[in-house]
This record gives sequence, structure tokens and C-alpha cells, in this order.
Amino acid sequence: MIEIKELHKSYQMGSNSLHVLKGINFTAKEGELVAIMGSSGSGKSTLLNILGMLDVADSGEYYLDGVPIKDLNETKAAKYRNQFLGFVFQSFNLINYKSALENVALPLYYQKIGRKERQEKAMKYLEQVGLKEWATHLPSELSGGQKQRVAIARAMAAEPKVLLADEPTGALDSTTSYEVMDLIQKINDQGNTILVVTHEEDIAHMCKRIVHLKDGVIVEDKKIKQVRVTQNV
Amino acid sequence: MWLFDRDLWIEIFHTLGKNMFRTFLTMLGVIFAMIILVLLLGSANGMSNGFDKVFAGTASNSLFVWSRSTSEPYKGFERGRRINFRIEDAEILKRNIPEIEVLAPRIELGNHRDVVTVYRKGQKSGSSVYGDYPEIDNITKKKLIEGRFLNNSDIEDSKKVCVIGEETYKLLFEKGENAIGEDIRINGVFFSVVGIYKPNNNINIDGENAVFVPFTTFQKAFNSGDRMGWMAIAVEPNTEVPIVENEIKKLLKIKYDIHPDDERAIGSFDMSEIFNNISSFTLVLKGFSFFVGIFTLLAGVIAISNILLITVKERTKEIGIRRALGATPKIVRRQIVVEAIVLTAFAGLIGFAMSVGILAVLDSLWGSGEDFPFVDPMVSIPQFTISFSLMVGLSVLIGLIPANRAVKVRPIEALREE
Repeated sequence: MIEIKELHKSYQMGSNSLHVLKGINFTAKEGELVAIMGSSGSGKSTLLNILGMLDVADSGEYYLDGVPIKDLNETKAAKYRNQFLGFVFQSFNLINYKSALENVALPLYYQKIGRKERQEKAMKYLEQVGLKEWATHLPSELSGGQKQRVAIARAMAAEPKVLLADEPTGALDSTTSYEVMDLIQKINDQGNTILVVTHEEDIAHMCKRIVHLKDGVIVEDKKIKQVRVTQNV
Repeated sequence: MWLFDRDLWIEIFHTLGKNMFRTFLTMLGVIFAMIILVLLLGSANGMSNGFDKVFAGTASNSLFVWSRSTSEPYKGFERGRRINFRIEDAEILKRNIPEIEVLAPRIELGNHRDVVTVYRKGQKSGSSVYGDYPEIDNITKKKLIEGRFLNNSDIEDSKKVCVIGEETYKLLFEKGENAIGEDIRINGVFFSVVGIYKPNNNINIDGENAVFVPFTTFQKAFNSGDRMGWMAIAVEPNTEVPIVENEIKKLLKIKYDIHPDDERAIGSFDMSEIFNNISSFTLVLKGFSFFVGIFTLLAGVIAISNILLITVKERTKEIGIRRALGATPKIVRRQIVVEAIVLTAFAGLIGFAMSVGILAVLDSLWGSGEDFPFVDPMVSIPQFTISFSLMVGLSVLIGLIPANRAVKVRPIEALREE
């Protein structure tokens, strides 16, 4: 599903050049749930941004579902993001004057899906995250955990190939964090590929594979036994 | 067609409605600009209409020619010789100068501006008495309140009829008395009244206390022979009056042996000059109004652009989210430009409606044109269309500034912003 080869990225900080990613090789198959770990400055967010086409690498190759991701202009990137990727952010990034339902429906709007179908689909995903009753509420009327669940519903609504979660539990307390992770696990159970950036050990262990980044290189990449939040079938 | 995309409009009204007060303040600039533009244009139109009304009934491309005495000796004649036009001059001029459309010879009893005593049943008035051709009505229109003006059969048969001014009527008749068919006496000759004309607010060359009789009758009754006092001449449209004026004078100077440089011998008055002056005045006024209005409008639209720029800055994060979710730069740009258009167009329409209301009030207060030239102050449809489309066009151009700013923000930076 995801394949990257020799990915390099550096930032210009005044006269100094900061080499953030120093040749990353990484593949993720369909249905994987990967935790990307590392301390701040390790390059994990940069990697996620490049995977999310919010940023471009200096060199290296990137294939997403077999499609080479290169020579992106903003329009092309926007289309790929809309088609291939779902984003979940630490700070939720909901549009605060739109209701939960409208937020979830937004990526579908950019897919030029008709209004009625959009509403139905958005409602379906809201139901999946258990917030059907909150559909008409504004983000300001929702708790942190609810906001993140709306964000996940939004990310899923476009039916992306890959779900990218950047510290999805970073702004939540542990109980809510587990609820969110439970949701992520369930979405993964349905066969979706998910990448989670986190620095919390317990969250990482709720994934199926942990990739450790340090100083711009992958130092460890191991499959683990997944810790389920709820023991279900 | 994206213009009919319901979601686009929902998005736009959502964002605009989110901050009603600011939206309103933004629009205020354009509203005022539109009011100023429409009021200026409307008033200029009102003045122009007012002047038109003043000159209504006077052919704008006309001139008057009369004879005076020479100021230069020429061909053995001494200076100070009195020139008298002859009725044949009318034919000569018409034959030689094709640009003359109407030529109405006129003769006046006594000297210019002299009054003659007109009698009727013991009452009398001191009026000007003119011998005229019906054609004069094509150059200075008389507003008849009763009866008719002189006609060709009056001329052919030298009928003893006359048309009198309202002032003359008041002096000679009792209030409400029937005058049509009644006789009045001028220099011992009786004339039967066939029409009464009313003074209007227009230019009035003949005055209101005047009696008009057929030219041919005048010749017989007052023994004026083939003399002719002056000529009212209308030239063909699109002909320069001064050119025709010169030709006429040249011809008459040759006929009457007047020195070519003698400026005094033949007097003339070019009506078109006044018209041209006034129409260029109103044209300048309109142009100036448009100029001022458009720049005020530009200022208003720039204010909108400024506010949108601030809005874009405030919405950086939202725009970033949208970009991350798949909004293309085109969509983002479109939304902001359409916002600019909607704000401007809406404000413009409000301003237009308000100013039309104000103009209607002005119209009802002073729009009759009685006191000063100000009639029907209103903007024309082309004027409105031009200014409105110019305004919307400006808003598109100026809306592109914040729109491009919004597009330039990279989603990753926008998302990082807290």
C-alpha cells in the first residue's frame, strides 16, 4: 500500500540546513496498523507530512497504492489527498462553525458527491463512531473525545486508502485516548491501513507494528502483539 | 455550472453570516459609494433634464439674423448707413445655402423692442407686433392655451387674424372672457384673434405681451412693402451653425455692399452656442460625477478586499484543513472571489435602492423644475448597468488579492498555526 525508498528531507533554517529525514525505507501493506514512534525532532511528523502530501521530500520515491507520488502541484496534491488519504490531527482540526455532520461531509463535498448522498454517507460514518445523536452539534458543544471521533469519521468518510493519524490521542486524557484507539482498532479490523504517529508507549502497543525513528533514520521496525482496548471477537 | 452550486452558496453565506457585524461594516463602504455615485449621476441627469426643459420648444440648431447700420465705409457708401433686409433675401439665402432647413422671415412694427398700442373696446395694451410666417413655430414653439397658431392659408389669403400672448389677453380682455373670434385694433386695422399662447419657463425671445399676424397681412395692413426685419433660421441637423452663419452673412454683405470686415452691419445670434455650452457643461458634470463615483466605489471595493484579507488571515487554519481534506487551490480561490462579488453586489444593490429612494424624494421636492433646472433626477439603465458591472468587475480583480493570499498558504503551515 505504502512504499517509500531512500526518502530525504532537510529544512533551511537561516544559513544552516537541518537534515531531518536521512534516507527512510519503509513499506506498509494493506490492513496494517503501524505506530511511528520517536522523540520530538526525530522526524516522525515530517515523515507523516510527506506521506500525507502536505510536504514534499527532497529526494526518494513514494508509491501509494502503486501510484508514484511525484511532481505534485497543489491541485494534484489536493486531489490525491482527497482520494487516497484520511487525516486525523492532534488538535482535531474541525471547522468550528460547521456542525459535526457538515464536518464529516466536507471531504465528500470536495469529491463532488451530491448533497443528499453526502449527508447520508456522513451520517453513516457518524453512526459508526457513535455520534449520530450529535450530528447537528457544533464542535464547541462536543468533548475532546467526541471531537476526535468526529475527526475520525471525517477521515473515513472519503473512504481513503490510508488513514494518517498525527498524535490522535495527544490532547486527550487516558480514558478518552483508549476510546479513540478502540475506534482506530475497529476501523483497522475492517481492513483499513492506518499509520499512527505517537510518542506514548501504551498507544503504540495498541498497534500491530512499531517503527522507531531516531535522528531521521528508522532504528527499529518490529511487529508486536497488539493490545486490544476491548476484548471482543 | 458552479454558479448554481447550492453548496458553494451555503458555504459563502455561512462564512459571511458568521460575522454579521463585520460583514455589514465592510459593505457600508460600498453602500455609501454606490449612494454617492447614483446621487451624483442622478443629480447631473436631473440638471441636464432641467436644462432640456428650459430649452424645450426652441430648435437648438437655430440662429437669428437682423440688420443694423454699417460701421465701415465701402464702395462709396459712408459708414452708418442703415441696412434693411428685403423679403427676397429669404429666397436668395434658401436657394444658395442648402444647409438652411427652415427660414422664417419676420417683420416688427416700429423698431426692435418698440411697443405699439393695441386697442379693444376701450381697453388697450402696449404690445410688440410681429408679422410672421407659420414656420417660426418650428424654431420657437408657442404653447397655445386656446385656438391655433398662424397657418399657410392665413399667409396665402393675407387674412386679418392674429395670435396674442397671455399677457396681451389679460390687458385686453376681462378674466374668463372669450377672445377667439374677437377683434382687436392695431394702427387702425382690425385683426381677429385665432389663438392665445402661454408663457412657459422656456427661453422666450418674443416676450409674453405680443401680437403675431401673418407676414403678408402685415405687409398690406402696415404698408411695409418688401421690407423684412429679421430672420429666424434653423439649419439642418449635424450642421455647424457658425459655418452657416458665416455663409449667410457673406452673402448678405455682398448683396448690400457691406465691407467684408464690417462686424456691425448684420447682427446675429447663434442659439446653438448656448446649447453647446450647456450640454458641454452637463456632459462635464456627468463625467465628473462618474469619475468621482467610480473612485469612491473603488475605495469601497478595496475596503472589502482589505476585510477579506483579514478574514483570510483569520481563516488560515480553516483553509489549511480544507486543503488537507482535498480542496484544490481553484476551489479556495473561487470561494473568496465569490465572497467578494457577493459582498460588493449585495452592498451595491442596497446602496442603489437607497439612492433611488433619495432621488425619488429629491424629485418630489424639487423635481418639477420650477425654481431651478432640476427635472426627473434618475440614473438611466445603461448608467446603472455600466457602474454596476464595473463595480462587480473591480470586486473580482480585487477579490483575487485575498484569494491568492489564501492559496499561497501551504496546508502544512496553516495546520501548524494554533
